Amino acid sequence: MTTAKVTESRRPVSRSAQRSNRVARDLRRHHRTLGRGRGSRPRVSVITYVVLVVAALLAVAPLYWMFVVGSNTSAAISSSPPVLLPGPNFLSNVLKVQADVPFVHSLLNSAIVALSVAVLQIFFCSLAGFAFAKLRFRGRNGLFVFIIATMAIPSQLGLVPLYLIMSKIGWIDSLQALIAPGAVTAFGVFWMRQVIVGSMPDELIEAARIDGCSTFRTFRSIVFPTIRGAAAVFGLFAAMSAWNDFLWPLVELSTPSHFTVQVAIQQLRTNYQSIDYATTLAASFLATLPLLILFVVAGKQLVAGIMEGAVKG
Amino acid sequence: MTGITVGSLRPLSRSRGKESRRERLTPYLYIAPFFLIFAIFGLFPLVFTGVVSLFNWAPLQTTHPFVGLQNYRTMLGDPLFWKAIRNTFTIFLASTIPGIAISMLLAVVLSNRSLRAKNFWRMVLLVPNVTPVVTVTLVFGSIFGQQYGPIASVLQLLHLPSIDWSGGNAVAAQFVIAVMILWRWSGYNALIYLAAIQAVPDSLYESAELDGAGRWRTFSSVTLPMIRPTILFSVVTSTIGGLQIFTEPLLFTTPQGGANNQALTLTLLIYGQAFNSFKFGYASAIAVALLGVVLVLAAVNFGIARLIRSA
Repeated sequence: MTTAKVTESRRPVSRSAQRSNRVARDLRRHHRTLGRGRGSRPRVSVITYVVLVVAALLAVAPLYWMFVVGSNTSAAISSSPPVLLPGPNFLSNVLKVQADVPFVHSLLNSAIVALSVAVLQIFFCSLAGFAFAKLRFRGRNGLFVFIIATMAIPSQLGLVPLYLIMSKIGWIDSLQALIAPGAVTAFGVFWMRQVIVGSMPDELIEAARIDGCSTFRTFRSIVFPTIRGAAAVFGLFAAMSAWNDFLWPLVELSTPSHFTVQVAIQQLRTNYQSIDYATTLAASFLATLPLLILFVVAGKQLVAGIMEGAVKG
Repeated sequence: MTGITVGSLRPLSRSRGKESRRERLTPYLYIAPFFLIFAIFGLFPLVFTGVVSLFNWAPLQTTHPFVGLQNYRTMLGDPLFWKAIRNTFTIFLASTIPGIAISMLLAVVLSNRSLRAKNFWRMVLLVPNVTPVVTVTLVFGSIFGQQYGPIASVLQLLHLPSIDWSGGNAVAAQFVIAVMILWRWSGYNALIYLAAIQAVPDSLYESAELDGAGRWRTFSSVTLPMIRPTILFSVVTSTIGGLQIFTEPLLFTTPQGGANNQALTLTLLIYGQAFNSFKFGYASAIAVALLGVVLVLAAVNFGIARLIRSA
């Protein structure tokens, strides 16, 4: 019964809140164009596009080069003039990598770590963010400032003791040693608090309270559904940074079948006297591809997430 | 009951007796996971670093003799330690200062309101940032090859001598590492600056226009002062990132930071001492020194922030 009531009272409010937001935004935009005056506004100059095209080429060219090298043989790369087009050897390069290190397995390990970290962070960070945004308790501000302060500490400072702790509890050379320390981060708590402050009107939460919702119920059926989009973007950031993590996995993992993809690639680097770029970059390309696919799907939201975070932070 | 409504949502709870005690604890329960994880994997290691630094601690030994401040004395007399500090700073400066200029240029260009395909440009500029650091390092390593690769070919074409980028030359190696960092972060920082530029109230631009200020003047007297806090914020984050530079020197040169340790950074030194030389105590002493650097930089940043606010 309460659920029905809650959802009933939630929908119209949030929708009208959204609508009023939109109206305000349109007004602002309108005002802006009026204020600056369409006529006096400078046109987009050629230089602007030249700068952008050059920047975009510089941003993408190294990735293109990675595929060119990764799909050619070492001999082709070291020929002069250098090859500039993708070749037919991508698959054979990947197979060579797989013969050296359990590469496919390492992709799987990275996926497990990234997914676990993302799910745990979404849950724990949004719960803590909710507490800091909407609940009152003694020490709230002090604790929040403390959390922000911890962001300034580079994590590698405690590298040696972290290794000792993990050996003590028998987690060295395991994936959970990568997941547990990343289960909830200061940055995530900070981010989710900002999101909840910005998108959850107090009245909505009060309405839920009047309907007799417990605090957790309020979080689960009102707060979380509202911030779902932002939480997904945040989860994506968390997953990406777990996927890219290198120093700690390099330190603690030693069995090849436990390697994450970054450690597996590093292993290729050290297996040879001089680095074989064709195979190494073929592997790097495969390690980057999932991120690029995610980026094509959700890049717009990531851009918006970074820019909103910048204004609020 | 206390005067403040503790531990619950603002309304109602004041009137509830038994239930409010549980509700009072709820917020602490919600924030507990962070503090638990931080205590075990963040704070404790940090404090314990200080303890380990006082011992001659080898990972496979069962006893660790107490040596007092011996590790710190060794560190202060270790030329590698000073080299690592110097390298960390020069790489940080070489990547941050041009980075601010590049990101600002991109942000100004992106802030043009009549720009077409806005989202496309923003997304393209963010692509480098989602690329893993390991990938970035290996790709740029192949771009900056001594004999092969695009740069070597261009130099050859211009009849210039080839450069051994990762060999022993400090300027060459640090330049390439700075390029890697610039490539990965310029677009990201441009978006941060862009967001700040867009948040500048239009009325300020209107008055600048009324005063007859040109484009450059408007930028230097309106935009720049208004987004100064954001620039400072990005400098702070790149300071933290700068102290963590590790992957680039390790994979571009060697675990020692190259033949002349020309790319050895503080984090790479900690890693090498701990996990290649197995000197946990000595590595911890260097980590404590790094913490000192962090605190000094935090104080400097704080001072600058106050100066800016009062200006």
